[in-house]
Amino acid sequence: MQPTSRSFPANARAGLADPVLQQALGLARTGFPQRRLEAIARLPEFEDLREEGRAIKDHVLAHLDFYLELYERNVIASGGHVHWARNAEEARAAILDICRAANAKIVTKGKSMVAEEIALNEHLEQNGITPVETDLGEYIIQLRHEPPSHIIAPAIHLMKEQVADAFRSAHTELDPARPLGDPRALCDEARTVLRPRFLAADVGITGANFIVAETGSSIIVTNEGNGDLTQILPRVHIAVTGIEKVVPTLEDAATLLRLLARSATGQEFSSYTTISTGPRRPGDLDGPEEYHVVLVDNGRSALLGGEFQDMLRCLRCAACLNHCPVYAAVGGHAYGWVYPGPMGAVLTPALVGVGEAGHLPNASTFCGRCESVCPVKIPLPRMMRHWREREFAWKLSPPVYRSGLRLWAWVAQRPALYHALAGIASRVLGWAGIHRGRFRSLPLASGWTAVRDMPAPQGRSFQSLWAEHRRHQGRSR
Amino acid sequence: MPGPARIALLVTCLVDLFRPSIGFAAVKLLEQAGCTVEVPAQTCCGQPAYNSGDKTDAKAIARQVIAAFSGYDYVVAPSGSCAGMLRVHYPEMFADEPAMLAQAQELASRTYELVAFLADVRGMEKVAARWKRRVTYHDACSGLRELGVKQQPRKLLASVDGLQLTELPGAEVCCGFGGTFCIKYPEISDKMVTDKAADIAATGADAVLAGDLGCLLNIAGKLSRRGSKVEVRHVAEVLADMTADAPPIGAPAR
Repeated sequence: MQPTSRSFPANARAGLADPVLQQALGLARTGFPQRRLEAIARLPEFEDLREEGRAIKDHVLAHLDFYLELYERNVIASGGHVHWARNAEEARAAILDICRAANAKIVTKGKSMVAEEIALNEHLEQNGITPVETDLGEYIIQLRHEPPSHIIAPAIHLMKEQVADAFRSAHTELDPARPLGDPRALCDEARTVLRPRFLAADVGITGANFIVAETGSSIIVTNEGNGDLTQILPRVHIAVTGIEKVVPTLEDAATLLRLLARSATGQEFSSYTTISTGPRRPGDLDGPEEYHVVLVDNGRSALLGGEFQDMLRCLRCAACLNHCPVYAAVGGHAYGWVYPGPMGAVLTPALVGVGEAGHLPNASTFCGRCESVCPVKIPLPRMMRHWREREFAWKLSPPVYRSGLRLWAWVAQRPALYHALAGIASRVLGWAGIHRGRFRSLPLASGWTAVRDMPAPQGRSFQSLWAEHRRHQGRSR
Repeated sequence: MPGPARIALLVTCLVDLFRPSIGFAAVKLLEQAGCTVEVPAQTCCGQPAYNSGDKTDAKAIARQVIAAFSGYDYVVAPSGSCAGMLRVHYPEMFADEPAMLAQAQELASRTYELVAFLADVRGMEKVAARWKRRVTYHDACSGLRELGVKQQPRKLLASVDGLQLTELPGAEVCCGFGGTFCIKYPEISDKMVTDKAADIAATGADAVLAGDLGCLLNIAGKLSRRGSKVEVRHVAEVLADMTADAPPIGAPAR
């Protein structure tokens, strides 16, 4: 998809003004954090697990080439195929080639953020192949022709009424008078509609939460079981995933899985955790005839060894989104590309360029809640600051803001001048505000006073009062 | 109580400019804790520059702070945000300058947020203060997550005669101040502080306290714009029993 991160402020205003979005976000604001808190309270070793998870990912990133090659060998040994994609274009081409070779007309898809990142659906459609999203949230937004607004709950911006509307306009073969008021009815209808498509699909495409070097396996977690039907029923299974998803062993994957669901949804474990290794073997009851993995770089290897390497630890659990007050205010679409929230504020500039996505790392108060809940302790605020440093160095931030900042910093390095100016400001503002104690509007501070009052200063700077206080003390001694 | 200590007060630029009464409350509390307090000439800790990506100016200001605050037993700030800047971010900033790094780490090791310093370092268990109010408490982000300030203000507030603390739902959620954030993204900041003000109002408390003046200016400004009568004060003013010395933040002088 074409990024619109450049218009983040306008996107954000639209989100703030959208009553449906605000209602939906209001529910998520407390729900996810509460469930996570309850889940980790039941696991005393959760903090130790976070440390272990970080260590596993750091180890992999330090030896990424080794584990990827080991993984490739084991995929091949189990009868699968590995396709390396340096960028989105190569990934799309590899997937299209596999689909064409299978003479595919219908492709079912499990939820995959990498597939969103490489804009796979549009590409398949342009080439005469019908992709069918099978995750309920993804299915809903596919019907509405929208991108996901959250990395694990793609339709979180909607209430059930919008889902019912989307189903009524899409499922015209069903009785228009059917009741769709309750979530159960919506789920049942999605199952009814999707079941024949699972059976008709020629190729199933999923992502992978982890790929395991020692076994050549891919692992997905879902709560709907749609991923299993996607990868088991069609003749061909394609797993598309980022190169940073590799872990050394199944044991390591298990450690990270214990962190993942608790951090994401507050579940001990997702309802379905499925490990796929190669195509169907003789004697297997089910499974695809062909098993392909498309390993996508698309800017990831460029982060290795630099100030953004820690971002490659990301498990895509969405805890940072779920705890971000900015995300909770504006929703995911405001971020203008595939990855929203704090992880998106760090990753999007890396993948689409800081010129395009420069707003995202700036739209943070650095409250630090994201880092405090990250299962692999990614220092998200610090990396957002690194982007700001690049923007400042490359003169990408607005000139008015830059020169204002430089002027302030210049004064702050001259204490005598600073004190004189602070003294004048506190006296003038203190005098002007003495009666009301606050200002309803102030020149040069309209961004503040448009929505809140500005409390008036008390009238003297602390340092001048302190100097006076010390003189009195000196005299009384 | 540990032996006497010589404290340099990092008063913070906002307290210096807006609300000296917080600085005097800090001095009183520190003296009660057996410390002598001095105030080295100071401007700002440099956080606005650092958070805006202007590392050069941030470092220049940090060097100035490191020099001005050398030689004291402790550096104490009535702000988790500014104390966090010295404790966490100065060493980060000079990570690739070994000589400065050592000085930054030395400063960091003796820098504290006021209430955490009183409770954790000076072992203060209670205060001699009286304030008959139902209060609620907002945990300012940097103090909470960078410095672990959480129980200390609650423990000391529990000893204030007449004060009753009601916990604020979402106390750990940012109020939307964020330094320059509130100017750069005013609509988002407004949404955040509107939610915060609504949460505060819903507790039914007479007053809301916090340990950082930036957040307090934001919260007080929103509450007063909503016509709320909830008093807004820095926790130090209450602990120092100095609530009679100044009207609440954003309220007219009586």
